[in-house]
Amino acid sequence: MGAWQSYRLRLQRKRWRIRAVRKRRELLRVADRTSRIKPDDLLLFSTLRNERVRLPYFLNYYREMGINHFLIVDNDSDDGSAEYLAEQPDVSVWNASASYKRSRFGVDWLNWLQLKYAHGHWALVVDPDEFLVYPFCDTRPLRALTDWLDASSIKSFSAMLLDMYPKGRLDEQPYSEGQDPIEIASWFDSGNYTMSRNKKFGNLWIQGGPRSRVFFPDAPEKAPALNKIPLVKWDRRYAYVSSTHMLLPRGLNQVYDEWGGEKASGVLLHAKFLDTFTAKAAEELARKQHYAASVEYKAYADSMKDDPELWCKWSEKYINWRQLEILGLMSKGNWA
Amino acid sequence: MSVGIVMLVHTALNRAEQAARHWASGGCPVVIHVDKSVDRKVYDAFTKSLADVPNIEFSTRFRCEWGTWGIVAASQAASELMLSAYPFVRHVYLASGSCLPLRPVEELVQYLEARPRTDFIESATTADVPWTVGGLDEERFTLRFPFSWKRNRFLFDRYVAIQRGLKLKRRMPNGLVPHMGSQWWCLTRQTLSAILQDPDRLEYDKYFKQVWIPDESYFQTLARQYSTNIESRSLTLSKFDFQGKPHIFYDDHLQLLRRSDCFVARKIWPHADRLYEAFLTDLAGAMKRTEPNPGKIDRIFAKAVERRTRGRPGLYMQSRFPNEDWENGVTAAPYSVFHGFTELFENFEPWLAKATGARVHGHLFASDRVHYADGRSTIHGALSDSAKARDYNPSGFLTNLIWNTRGERQCFQFGPADTQDINWRMAKDHNAQISVISGAWSVPLFKSNMNFMDIRKTAAKLQKIETEQLDVLRSPFSKARVRIWSMAEFIEGPMEPLQGILDEIGPTQTRRLAEVPKMVDLSGFGQFLQNLKNQGMHPYLMGDFPVDRGPEGATKPPRKPYLVQ
Repeated sequence: MGAWQSYRLRLQRKRWRIRAVRKRRELLRVADRTSRIKPDDLLLFSTLRNERVRLPYFLNYYREMGINHFLIVDNDSDDGSAEYLAEQPDVSVWNASASYKRSRFGVDWLNWLQLKYAHGHWALVVDPDEFLVYPFCDTRPLRALTDWLDASSIKSFSAMLLDMYPKGRLDEQPYSEGQDPIEIASWFDSGNYTMSRNKKFGNLWIQGGPRSRVFFPDAPEKAPALNKIPLVKWDRRYAYVSSTHMLLPRGLNQVYDEWGGEKASGVLLHAKFLDTFTAKAAEELARKQHYAASVEYKAYADSMKDDPELWCKWSEKYINWRQLEILGLMSKGNWA
Repeated sequence: MSVGIVMLVHTALNRAEQAARHWASGGCPVVIHVDKSVDRKVYDAFTKSLADVPNIEFSTRFRCEWGTWGIVAASQAASELMLSAYPFVRHVYLASGSCLPLRPVEELVQYLEARPRTDFIESATTADVPWTVGGLDEERFTLRFPFSWKRNRFLFDRYVAIQRGLKLKRRMPNGLVPHMGSQWWCLTRQTLSAILQDPDRLEYDKYFKQVWIPDESYFQTLARQYSTNIESRSLTLSKFDFQGKPHIFYDDHLQLLRRSDCFVARKIWPHADRLYEAFLTDLAGAMKRTEPNPGKIDRIFAKAVERRTRGRPGLYMQSRFPNEDWENGVTAAPYSVFHGFTELFENFEPWLAKATGARVHGHLFASDRVHYADGRSTIHGALSDSAKARDYNPSGFLTNLIWNTRGERQCFQFGPADTQDINWRMAKDHNAQISVISGAWSVPLFKSNMNFMDIRKTAAKLQKIETEQLDVLRSPFSKARVRIWSMAEFIEGPMEPLQGILDEIGPTQTRRLAEVPKMVDLSGFGQFLQNLKNQGMHPYLMGDFPVDRGPEGATKPPRKPYLVQ
């Protein structure tokens, strides 16, 4: 990469940071407990809208993993999400009523919060329907992973988005509060992911899975990106560029080995496809606040009319991280 | 007679305290060196917390940065203190704060008592051992390293480059032979004091201060000068990853560590409560001996290194995306590609499936859709039959297919009418076994009911594509197992090539070929080719077919399509 491009990326990074600083005005403090954050606490950042029913399980899942503090932007929920979060002792909540789209789908808001609170911390950025799975997550807490990453001088950890879906119709098994959503959406596609390099940012662009298979069979290029780098030893100079798909400086996107080896990586189980999905898709389509003119939600809405089944004969049922590692969806790397 | 523990500590002081108490309660005196970069207040609290334990001393503090002299200086000072303060100590065991004793202290004491003259120090000549982490092995000794690798990587690298460029070299003092090995040793008083009281020590120290990672070579080299009985292994279990950093042990390694034959393990994650609970107990019974099986530990960590450096062949995923030609195997398993076989034989696919037991697909790269075996619409890994999805990334499609079906041999048909983007990928894949009957694409045209001008046009197009494809397969970069017959050549004697292909696919069929697929009726084919020639389209890929000799040739009964021997 030439000096010129390097310089341009630097400018771009600064631009995102300035944008994040400007967008801080859109954030209203609802519950600020950030003074309780201790120097090496593990932090979780999230933006959400109307996810009340998912929150109890979500918070507990990550509490048990070892997250010490949650920093959450509530994008104008009207289902009591903000109130519920404000009651939690380890959660800080901000309200944002401005446009989700114009905050670049929450990235600007979270970039600001990370700039302010995450410097020097390991920060995990996930949505309320994303559940991190990493090697040995059944026996080792998240801190074991971050300590190991620190010792190995690794600053960012990749976790591909793995779309989970139920067998049968989406609304067949209703999700109840506190329940593990993977109990319902326990199936996934194991081997239809394709990837290519993004030359400019150095990240991999991964597509495939059930959304590509069912919603975009004839336009695979429009299928959503599944590559994610949600766990980063944050520095205030860093910035997410587009969701958690890629970051600047671009060195952080080098989460894959190019010479035949495997780096350690995890998976984000994406429990989007529950009975709540149809209503959500309709709402999001009406709000038009999603990526690429909500092309994804349009495709869902079109397909959902016929009530398709995401499940197919070759779907794989989720067991544990070892299964994902054997299937080649994640890797232990040299962590043993 | 007893064992003295020299403990180098820099973080997780609470764990170090636990370990020190454990050693001391087992009757071993402990000398602790705390890194100078540890805060004064923290240090004071640490010494205070151990004040109630007799037989624990603290030595002069040095700044210990990885790869620098400080660690050796710390070991020297602490060892000197140990030898002078505890005259009854016979063996000195160098350990770190994150070391965990795996067996009762008495067992170590007994073990060393039975070997009063043995020095346990891993020590190998650099010439013979390829421990080239960071690309420096012999040069560790011949170059100078005044810059920190951790803080001044740029200067470190520059300075190495300059010295290499100028061919600067240092000579070992007194003709020492450089040796390297694990920094965790256990030396006898005799050897250790000989090293520390050597009249030339100043000279050696001066030399080693500029050696890269001297803690892995200082004692290892000098012990060779004095020891009468070196056992070149470390009593400390310590595994290193591909960058030379120690692997860390966690709670889930408990059963593994019980099976180690080492006395001490390093390095333990400070929050591994279960490990500390299990091993730091006074009851000898709690550390119940199980049959040592160090091989298992070795395998697990050797595998981790291999996974990190070589990876799983044929796997492309979020954290393994090799550059072209660095895949270490383009695909995960061998597979066979057949050009022109379904065209020439009527029942080739079922025949092949029966003869080999392999999964035989149709034209996977056909332009309308992916023709999986048995007309399926999805297969392993939920790979769909959408042609668009496949053509979006043909190479990814192929590698996914082969990865998803590991353990089952895959065969598929290919031809000039299919998507050609995959050609180079397959040609460069040593797992691909490609058998080509060139020109066989003309048979369906010959059998078709198209207008002759359309046939001519299609034939010209297909011939051009196949020629390009054959160029790729015959290129010097091709790594696939390629066999090419012209069609004329093939129908001359089809048995031998078919037998060869089956043999290659595997030993599923031990018998000789009993049944061959039925070849399509080719009478009139020579004339068909001649007609193409007459139209100015010279088909050359199928070899020479004689033109049927007029009406008397046609009256003959049709040639038997195959011969059973």
